[in-house]
Amino acid sequence: MKFKGGIHPQYNKGTAALPVEEMPLGARYVVPLAQHLGAPGKPVVAKGDRVGRGQPLSEPGGFVSVAVHAPTSGKVTAVKELPHPLGLEMTAVEIEADGEDAWWEGVQPRGAWREMDPAALRDALRDAGLVGMGGATFPTHVKLSPPKDKPIGTFILNGAECEPYLTSDHRVMLEQPREVMEGVGLFMKVLGVTKAYVGVEANKADALDALKAACPPDLDVAFALLEVKYPQGSEKQLIYALTGRTVPAGGLPMDVGCLVQNVGTAVAAYEAIAKGWPLIQRVTTVTGAAIRQPKNLRLRVGTPLGDVLAFCGGLTEDVAKVVYGGPMMGIAQFSLDVPIIKGTSGVLCLPDAEVVQYLADACIRCGACVDACPMGLLPSTLGVLCERDRWEDLEDFNVADCIECGSCAFCCPAYRPLVQLIKRGKAELRRIQKMRQQGAA
Amino acid sequence: MIVATTVMAGLGLLAGLGLGLAARFFAVEVDPRQEKILDVLPGANCGGCGYAGCNDFAAAVARGEAAPDGCPVGGAETAVAVARIMGLVVEEKERRVALVLCQGTREVAPSKFRYNGMASCASAALLAGGDKLCRWGCLGLADCQVACAFQAIEITEGGIARVIPERCTACGKCVAACPKDLIKLVPESAPIHVLCSSRDKGPVARKACQVACIGCKKCEKFVGDESMKVEDWLALVDYDHPPRDPAVAGECPTGAIVELHLDAKKPVH
Repeated sequence: MKFKGGIHPQYNKGTAALPVEEMPLGARYVVPLAQHLGAPGKPVVAKGDRVGRGQPLSEPGGFVSVAVHAPTSGKVTAVKELPHPLGLEMTAVEIEADGEDAWWEGVQPRGAWREMDPAALRDALRDAGLVGMGGATFPTHVKLSPPKDKPIGTFILNGAECEPYLTSDHRVMLEQPREVMEGVGLFMKVLGVTKAYVGVEANKADALDALKAACPPDLDVAFALLEVKYPQGSEKQLIYALTGRTVPAGGLPMDVGCLVQNVGTAVAAYEAIAKGWPLIQRVTTVTGAAIRQPKNLRLRVGTPLGDVLAFCGGLTEDVAKVVYGGPMMGIAQFSLDVPIIKGTSGVLCLPDAEVVQYLADACIRCGACVDACPMGLLPSTLGVLCERDRWEDLEDFNVADCIECGSCAFCCPAYRPLVQLIKRGKAELRRIQKMRQQGAA
Repeated sequence: MIVATTVMAGLGLLAGLGLGLAARFFAVEVDPRQEKILDVLPGANCGGCGYAGCNDFAAAVARGEAAPDGCPVGGAETAVAVARIMGLVVEEKERRVALVLCQGTREVAPSKFRYNGMASCASAALLAGGDKLCRWGCLGLADCQVACAFQAIEITEGGIARVIPERCTACGKCVAACPKDLIKLVPESAPIHVLCSSRDKGPVARKACQVACIGCKKCEKFVGDESMKVEDWLALVDYDHPPRDPAVAGECPTGAIVELHLDAKKPVH
């Protein structure tokens, strides 16, 4: 099935044919305590401590929170505020690598997932610091703990990778199909579901074939080649495309009995159980016309961005923008001191010629954004309401359902910064709703 | 012809009678003081009092809900006039003026990146707190200027907001509009002001802006009383008992403390 709306940007997936390279060990790592949605963790190490590879550096700060782990063995040189990819300074653990890369003694295989208890698996995934690696970084164990009245019947593996430029998931599916499918089985076991779907965009048919070939015979999995359209990899659009179910406004996938996980998360889950590895590495695409040698890299979480760019031959002189993530939803960085974090699926380096500054104009009510919005919202109306500070009216137009995919801004002939307007509106509305709640209490 | 005239005249009389009766029986009683109060209010309809325009405020005063000195625009004169209508006495309050507590122009306060999004402070502040290295400082995208109904705010060449004291009515709209909470209403006679809002530690603040308060406490020691105090690396003036000796400005090593005479020019309204 095809979801409504969406756009067809230029894909620029030139790195799809490049095998994943292991980045050599660096000298310094910076591991922020907040790399997930939810409460940041509390540090459990202090300056001067020696840590082993995979040793926990923090403990969760609540249920919706996970620990972070040492990417390599070495000495803790600081626990302080350091630049974070979200733009602010946040508490991070700085580690000076000792070059031995020795595993912490607590890192031990947990067993075979087929023989383990679902609750034990879930706890092990939480202790491994697992988060959704597609970019949203929602703690995996929370997703795997649905409330009793919302049973999950369908597991979906997200291999769409619809963001232009990014090829990290594509490479993972090609190079580690067995790990991906074992991860799918593991998630199915935790949830107690018998049916799973794997969705991959049609421009990555080789990846789907690889997964099909690697699927263990005891799993009931349906493989689907999806239309190449952005944002195919968005949870709600993917669920509709595969099952025909529509997540209600303001709802979550569990409201229609579904749970979606990214392919990178599946590999990390498998490794967390089979090898006992916490989430300390990931595959990241470093690409764009402003990087000398685009690569798909296996990186330790905490590697400084500057080191990564240097390993890829460095930036060209005409670089204008370095973005974490893809061009549609990524976050531009202003410092090369930020580290790679669990959710960094790509680093996009754009030259001056490709960073175009448009002059926004008034809305001409053409409705192009309405056709493009995959959530069925009215971006034009939302934009105008935001411009006029009519925050409370945004509620009537379901602004909270906006997934900030950028399809509206992409197709707007008046170059209106619709996503920026709507993001501001969402923030203002949240503030008003909070005030309302406090007033009622 | 005669019939038509008679019918029309009759209809006219009937309608007139209806209107007359309606005016008598459905009349809404308005407190006569409300109209009198409305007459003495400035009529700016700015909403600075917290009500939906001057008429709404006048009604609230007449009902006894709002205080007679609730109009910040009219100031002391209006408060006295309103109080007289209501048969009340108000204490005369000193006129206040809005002041932007930041002087980090683009020359002295460097940027950390080039912002090319929407020209609104509130939007810019959502991206890493804004493009200035100092996360407390004025972004200069004029949210306060847009909010001001009295054209009392300008954006200087250095790219920061400045209040024109003689135009300011202290309605407080700019205070609410600033996402960085940089604007404060201060008594016009206070001579000493700390034009900085950075609560960063001294070295951090200094790196982000040459005219930042670094929390060195020299001013606190110089005044020797409660009139100035350093909290979280930021010197604060106690505007209930402000320091009077202008020499304290000379003590500040970064120039964050300045002497200003906001009452030098009287309001033009």
